[in-house]
Amino acid sequence: MLAFANLSYDTAHVLDTGVLVLSFALLYQRRLFGVIKIYAMQALLLAAAAAWQAHAQEAPHLYITAGIALVFKAMVIPIALHRIIVYLNIHRTLETALGVGPTMVVGVALVALSILLVLPVTAASGALTRESLAAALSIVLLGLLMMITRRNAVSQVVGFMSLENGLILAAVGVKGMPLVVELSIAFSVMVAFIIFGIFFFHIRERFDTLDVHDMERFRGERQ
Amino acid sequence: MTGVLLEALQLLLVLVLAPLLTGIVRKVKARLTAKRGPALIQPYRDLLRLLRKDVVLAPNASWLFRTSPYLIFTAVWLAAAIVPTFTTGLAVSRTADLIALVALLGTARFALALAGMDVGTSFGGIGSSREMMIASLAEPAMLMVTFTVALLVRSTSLPHIAEFMVTHAVGIRVSLFLGLVSLVIVAIAENARIPVDNPATHLELTMVHEAMILEYSGRHLALVEAASMVKLLLYLSLISAVFLPWGMDIGDLTAAAVGTGLATYAAKLGIGAVLLGVFETSIAKMRVFRLAEFLGGAFLLGILAAIFLYVSQGL
Amino acid sequence: MLSALAVGLGLYTTAAIAGLAGRRTLVAVYALAGLAAAVIAIPALSMLVFATPPEQTVLPLGLPWLGGHFRVDALSAFFQLVVNGAAVLISVYAIEYGGHDDEPGRVLPFYPIFLAAMNLVLVADDAFVFLVSWELMSLASWLLVLSTHRQAESRPAAFLYLVMASAGTGALLLAFGLLSGGAGSYAFDALRGAALDPAKAAILFGLALVGAGSKAGLFPLHVWLPPAHSAAPSHVSALMSGIMTKVALYGLVRILFDLMGTTPPWWWGVVVLILGGVTALMGVLYAVMQHDLKRLLAYHTVENIGIIVIGLGLALAFRANRLDALAGLALVAALLHVFNHAMFKSLLFLGSGAVLVATHERDMEHLGGLIHRMPRTAFAFLIGSVAISALPPFNGFVSEWLTFQAILDGSLLPQWLLKLAVPVVGAMLALSAALAAVCFVKAFGVVFLGRPRTPAAAEAHEVGLIMVAPMAGFAAICTVVGIVPIGLVSLLRPVTSLLLPGSGAALPESSLLWLAPFGAERSSYSGLTILLAIALLAGVLVIVIHRFASDRARRSAPWDCGFPDPRVETQYTAGSFAQPIRRIFGSAAFAARERVVMPEPGNASAAEFEVTLRDPAWEGIYGPVSGLVSWIAERMNVLQFQTIRRYLSLMFAALVLLLLIVAVSQ
Repeated sequence: MLAFANLSYDTAHVLDTGVLVLSFALLYQRRLFGVIKIYAMQALLLAAAAAWQAHAQEAPHLYITAGIALVFKAMVIPIALHRIIVYLNIHRTLETALGVGPTMVVGVALVALSILLVLPVTAASGALTRESLAAALSIVLLGLLMMITRRNAVSQVVGFMSLENGLILAAVGVKGMPLVVELSIAFSVMVAFIIFGIFFFHIRERFDTLDVHDMERFRGERQ
Repeated sequence: MTGVLLEALQLLLVLVLAPLLTGIVRKVKARLTAKRGPALIQPYRDLLRLLRKDVVLAPNASWLFRTSPYLIFTAVWLAAAIVPTFTTGLAVSRTADLIALVALLGTARFALALAGMDVGTSFGGIGSSREMMIASLAEPAMLMVTFTVALLVRSTSLPHIAEFMVTHAVGIRVSLFLGLVSLVIVAIAENARIPVDNPATHLELTMVHEAMILEYSGRHLALVEAASMVKLLLYLSLISAVFLPWGMDIGDLTAAAVGTGLATYAAKLGIGAVLLGVFETSIAKMRVFRLAEFLGGAFLLGILAAIFLYVSQGL
Repeated sequence: MLSALAVGLGLYTTAAIAGLAGRRTLVAVYALAGLAAAVIAIPALSMLVFATPPEQTVLPLGLPWLGGHFRVDALSAFFQLVVNGAAVLISVYAIEYGGHDDEPGRVLPFYPIFLAAMNLVLVADDAFVFLVSWELMSLASWLLVLSTHRQAESRPAAFLYLVMASAGTGALLLAFGLLSGGAGSYAFDALRGAALDPAKAAILFGLALVGAGSKAGLFPLHVWLPPAHSAAPSHVSALMSGIMTKVALYGLVRILFDLMGTTPPWWWGVVVLILGGVTALMGVLYAVMQHDLKRLLAYHTVENIGIIVIGLGLALAFRANRLDALAGLALVAALLHVFNHAMFKSLLFLGSGAVLVATHERDMEHLGGLIHRMPRTAFAFLIGSVAISALPPFNGFVSEWLTFQAILDGSLLPQWLLKLAVPVVGAMLALSAALAAVCFVKAFGVVFLGRPRTPAAAEAHEVGLIMVAPMAGFAAICTVVGIVPIGLVSLLRPVTSLLLPGSGAALPESSLLWLAPFGAERSSYSGLTILLAIALLAGVLVIVIHRFASDRARRSAPWDCGFPDPRVETQYTAGSFAQPIRRIFGSAAFAARERVVMPEPGNASAAEFEVTLRDPAWEGIYGPVSGLVSWIAERMNVLQFQTIRRYLSLMFAALVLLLLIVAVSQ
């Protein structure tokens, strides 16, 4: 029957590689809503991975990281992006600079590159740490790839956020990493600013002004 | 001797269950789209009706056109008899490993594609051309699944794979999950199911499999239709034998073990048919040229599975 | 063994001289050539069956202080079997086919010389004899390609072939020179023992790949192969594609496995593997785009050479890591494919020759419906098509299955680059096998099935028995080797023991019924059982259905979804069949572009459909190289037009420079 060789190892492994597979799924998407949904799933898995690491490493501060990932990244940001897209009527299909097929091939090559790089360098550490680091580096590279090969600003932001997911994954995967929580908060604030930046850029594009006073006129509240 | 008896049982079982499986899938799809749907035994009635009808041949249909249906059905039937379903003790299970099995199905497809080209109509050509394209895209993905499984089990012999998965502590493996998803995608492509092809259409722009068999009638059409039903059963059995083999009799050959194997096999087929029906209803058919990305995705999942397995084995 | 070879060579020479007399001696020439091939093939077979030790001799031929060394060992014997076995059947075919040549006098003298030269290459035991025979083989085949010089395409094809062959021989010359290290003896025994430092070994590896690989057709050195093979007469094409490429691979195997024998560095395996994978994939993609039957077959040869080279690359990689049993498996797979490819490729070329004789057409778009007019040729071609698509129960599948088994074991290799390269190359192999099936459904379907597209196809006649019998012979061999591969595998055991001493008997657990590389637990295949089972089940099915259901059939118009169109142009063409593949793969590999030019409404002239394909090898490599050569030549052309004073000053400058060098170096 089903036998679990090593539950802790297996679970961490599954969560890490799940985040990586979702990075590939991000590259496969052609619709903006699909990208956001998959990003939300990726943040959810990241929260689960952080929570598991908090349990396995007995480091309770990682629960905070998991909480931030869950609340902020899996719920607030996707909803906010969804709203922005609907409100500003942003074009919803993604134009790609490189076709989906070649992008995936490059993605696999990047994963192979990360493995070839990380495994020999970390020969002294435990198996799980090495795998987490290799997966995290792959996620970072894939996030960069997404930023390069997509022409849409929102999808570039999502690429950046998935890159940041990879960094957090690396941070929680390594036992005893200091300042993880502070890192998470800092990154989240930066991402929030970037999203605001896009929001304002598009508003200015659409309405030629950022003056809230003028915008209220468009909303019909003032004559 | 028991091996031969079990093999005969399997041949019969496959033949009897395949139309029922198709009936279940059609019924599930109908119910989910708020229709009553045909009876579960309707495919049997269809096949018997077709068998009794005359064959109408085009003036220039050759001997290849007339003999292909027999060859196609026999090859698929034999392949279905090779996959371990309720027991691993079948007599011919070792005549073909996973790679040879896929190649045997390739022979059947070759014959079908040639039959499509035989009469010289444009529909036959379009069906053959697209079918061969889909097959060529599915091959690398299938090989990567085989590679991943062989990496773990160190074997491509199907009875041995089933035995390994049941007896060893394999654990939750991401690679196997990715391999399963990849194999499911390949199975959908090979069986001409939505989103790759629509098995219920007769519009030429959306046909692939149906276009190749357009000129067939009577007993020839019955054989070709039966072959595609058996192929669906084969792929479901393959998925369950490689990734979900629990309940199968793995060498005991006692009546109790075989009985359990039969019961679990029937249950797995039923669940698989229902899931297929639900899946087909919830997703739309893809544009033909998006299939390259879809099957490329399956290939990619296979490569990732192999890479992850390498990494976890190498440490 | 060597005496049989001498008799055979004597017969070849007689045939060549007889051929000078022209058309009258046609039957005699080909019959003598076939006899000579049989005389050489039978002792080769017995040498492999009884595993007799190698024979060696030194004859006072060639350069006086070198002599000519000749040696027959298991590897030579195997390739002799391949070369001469196929040559027997092809020569029989040529007895009738040769009569359809316009100018048989241009073919007859050189055909036996070509065969004789190939045999000499296989038994050469020193570099001099090897290179002379290699060059003789190239020249004889070049003359044979030129025999169709009245067709416009033959002359540039022959020129390209000559240039590439010369470049290849040059590379081999350098390789042997480096290998001998200036010691003065070029005998293979001396070269075998030479110690090589890694840099020298790497250069030698590259030279061997370029030299032998260009003759075999490795990408990107394959460009000469399709024009030359399609320009030559069909029986010569069969020889060049099916046989000469194998002799080139013999050269590669001899150099890499025997002469440079000691444990190779692991990266050789990577290079050869990737080269093989790219060759296989690009070859089959080119083939799918073709609509000339012979060019399609020639590009397919490139693909199959790629498959063989994949096997060789795996053998090198396993050898480098001392996994000798696995290296033996990979080598067996590669050599088995050598045999299989020679068989089915010759069959297919002979078939295309029969089609050419019957219809005078090579373009698939002008053929169709030939299965009714030429049933026996069609059946043989069908068997060849199924065999080359690597489908059970024929022989192509057996060697590809063994190659796949070797690839699956590639995960045991320790180096990460190899670990990752092997599954990628495996996927390329799977893709090319599937695309080969696409290509041959297209070829067989468009040429033999459907309706005739031109009057030439509608009025074709079946060819005579002398042409059908060799095709049937090849088809029978394909079937037998597919069903009972153990015969051929046991013939290969002396070869693997020779080249890979530590590997043990190849495929030890296989028997008459089963092919099981490492035991039935790992994997097994039984072609015979599958064939018998299919025959049994199909027989039962036919009887039951015809007895209990219905056996009536009648003819009527085709259904065609209710809109049957009697015009033959509505059929699928070769170009339309390949369109999905062209769109998916061609746009990446060949920058394929399709353009439709429609006349405005009211204009009744025809629309135009244009497909442009760009050859990456030609544009990426040969175009720039030949451009560079032209540029240099133009610059240097200035030297032709100097005054006498300038010439004198040039000579003076050269003299002063040489004297300076002598002075400084003292």
